[in-house]
Amino acid sequence: MKKYTFTEKKDTRSGFGAGLLAAGKKNKNVVALCADLVGSLKMEAFIKEFPERFIQVGISEANMMGMAAGLTIGGKIPFTGTFANFSTGRVYDQIRQSIAYSEKNVKICASHAGLTLGEDGATHQILEDIGMMKMLPGMTVINPCDYNQTKAATEAIAEFEGPVYLRFGRPVIPIFTDPDQEFIIGKAWMVNEGKDVSIFATGHLVWEAILAGEKLAELGIDAEIINIHTIKPLDEAAVLKSVAKTGCVVSAEEHNRIGGLGDSIAQLLVRNNPTPQEYVAVDDSFGESGKPAELMAKYHLDCDAIVAAVQKVIARKKK
Amino acid sequence: MKPDIEKLTDIATQVRRDIVRMVHQCQSGHPGGSLGCADYFTALYFHVLKHNPDFNMDGTGEDLFFLSNGHISAAWYSVLARSGYFEIKELSTFRKINSRVQGHPATHDHLPGIRVASGSLGQGLSVAIGAALAKKLNGDDRLVYTLHGDGELQEGQIWEAALFAPHNKVDNLISTIDVNGQQIDGPTDRVLSLGNLHAKWEAFGWDVLETNGNDMEALVATLDLAKSRAFKGKPIMILMHTNMGHGVDFMMGSHKWHGVAPNDEQLAAALAQLTCSTQDY
Repeated sequence: MKKYTFTEKKDTRSGFGAGLLAAGKKNKNVVALCADLVGSLKMEAFIKEFPERFIQVGISEANMMGMAAGLTIGGKIPFTGTFANFSTGRVYDQIRQSIAYSEKNVKICASHAGLTLGEDGATHQILEDIGMMKMLPGMTVINPCDYNQTKAATEAIAEFEGPVYLRFGRPVIPIFTDPDQEFIIGKAWMVNEGKDVSIFATGHLVWEAILAGEKLAELGIDAEIINIHTIKPLDEAAVLKSVAKTGCVVSAEEHNRIGGLGDSIAQLLVRNNPTPQEYVAVDDSFGESGKPAELMAKYHLDCDAIVAAVQKVIARKKK
Repeated sequence: MKPDIEKLTDIATQVRRDIVRMVHQCQSGHPGGSLGCADYFTALYFHVLKHNPDFNMDGTGEDLFFLSNGHISAAWYSVLARSGYFEIKELSTFRKINSRVQGHPATHDHLPGIRVASGSLGQGLSVAIGAALAKKLNGDDRLVYTLHGDGELQEGQIWEAALFAPHNKVDNLISTIDVNGQQIDGPTDRVLSLGNLHAKWEAFGWDVLETNGNDMEALVATLDLAKSRAFKGKPIMILMHTNMGHGVDFMMGSHKWHGVAPNDEQLAAALAQLTCSTQDY
């Protein structure tokens, strides 16, 4: 197991804030919109640098999505900012008609995704957003794993033409990816090469997968760990190549089991190479209030859950 | 430019002929609201807008138009074709398979003149405000126009946009509401009352004008007046009173022709009432 260490922990939303500022410096057409959550989205640095390129929308997410679509007419590259719940479920039809079907170059940037926003509870903990967004034709869906990757992804989507859903979160987590990484949309990142099982992880679950890989190594299991930061378009070649070698799969995500990364992988495999797969995901339920780590443990989204899923799927493979 | 009211009226009659023929040909579509707004579309595309039929999406240096109540697409397609955005004969593909002339306006198939999809109601005002903000950021001093149905005002997103535009002094925006008092299930007063629209929009901070949308002279005068009131700190709202189905006597003033196509006999009766100097597609 390749060794990953960290000297600092940060929230991925801060990576977004830093990436937005960098993208704004690089391209004068980058504009930002926010629905009354500037602090939560870490947009202050961009606003300070480019006050005329920031639009405070108020608590009007539907209007924000429509205005973002309109801003692209005239060449602007709008980044919308609010919580993941209000970035997707609340405005699904606006995104569908005015952005996705209309092929507008809008970057939908969503913080506080999943269970790990913690104490606010299920009204704010969306676990269906990846599913909703990946079902839209032409939508790119990205869920980076740490501060550095979120910053790099934010800069990368500014250069990319087309609608993007960028999902990140609130909790402070280890920074373990390269600060100077090149973020290639749609290209999976090999975290650790192994031969016994393929662990495909996204977002906050990537670090948990690394912790799980270390525990599995102690148990004599050589896990391949791949970071799927781009859920759509899925890096099909990387998934198929890994599975051809290992013969079994664990998918890991902070999302409902239905409609997330695991389903994308299962659908790819069933068409090409049917393979035993276990899901580390929320089992079709809503979340609840609690501390992020408590929630990740209770809903079986931590490294112990990944270890258990690996043991289960390897047993299935041997049958 | 002094408007030629007679010529505009003649074009509007041709637009009405196009509408009833298109809807008849595919036996679907929305003739009522389309006929009611034929004069508006004609005034806009043949008198008001500075626009370029060699379409480009950004529309830099041009006035932009957004149709928010996308179901009255037939009227829009007619003026787009007749002002040179695409061939007039393409109107015959309206609502048919493998056509760019979709039931509701779409950018997906690259029909020139369309900048955003509409159909699901209430979204066009927000999109237009975004485009107006882009014009301001780009130092582009042309205007953005929108059209909405009165029933559409029952969508909540409209009122989010209604709050935003005056607060942010989006004064390069001229919106129009087609006040025909009808929606699918009946008169708006019975389905869900809109109340005093003039007072409502004024209270939100808009510069509100009213006009008769089926009197070309009054309509053109109002649109010209609206243009003269742009860039004065407020977005502009025109309450345009129309007859649903205007120009075809048996379709006028009733919600029953919101989304029903005429049969052969009704088509002949309608066309007999609509005579103009130009040619059908």
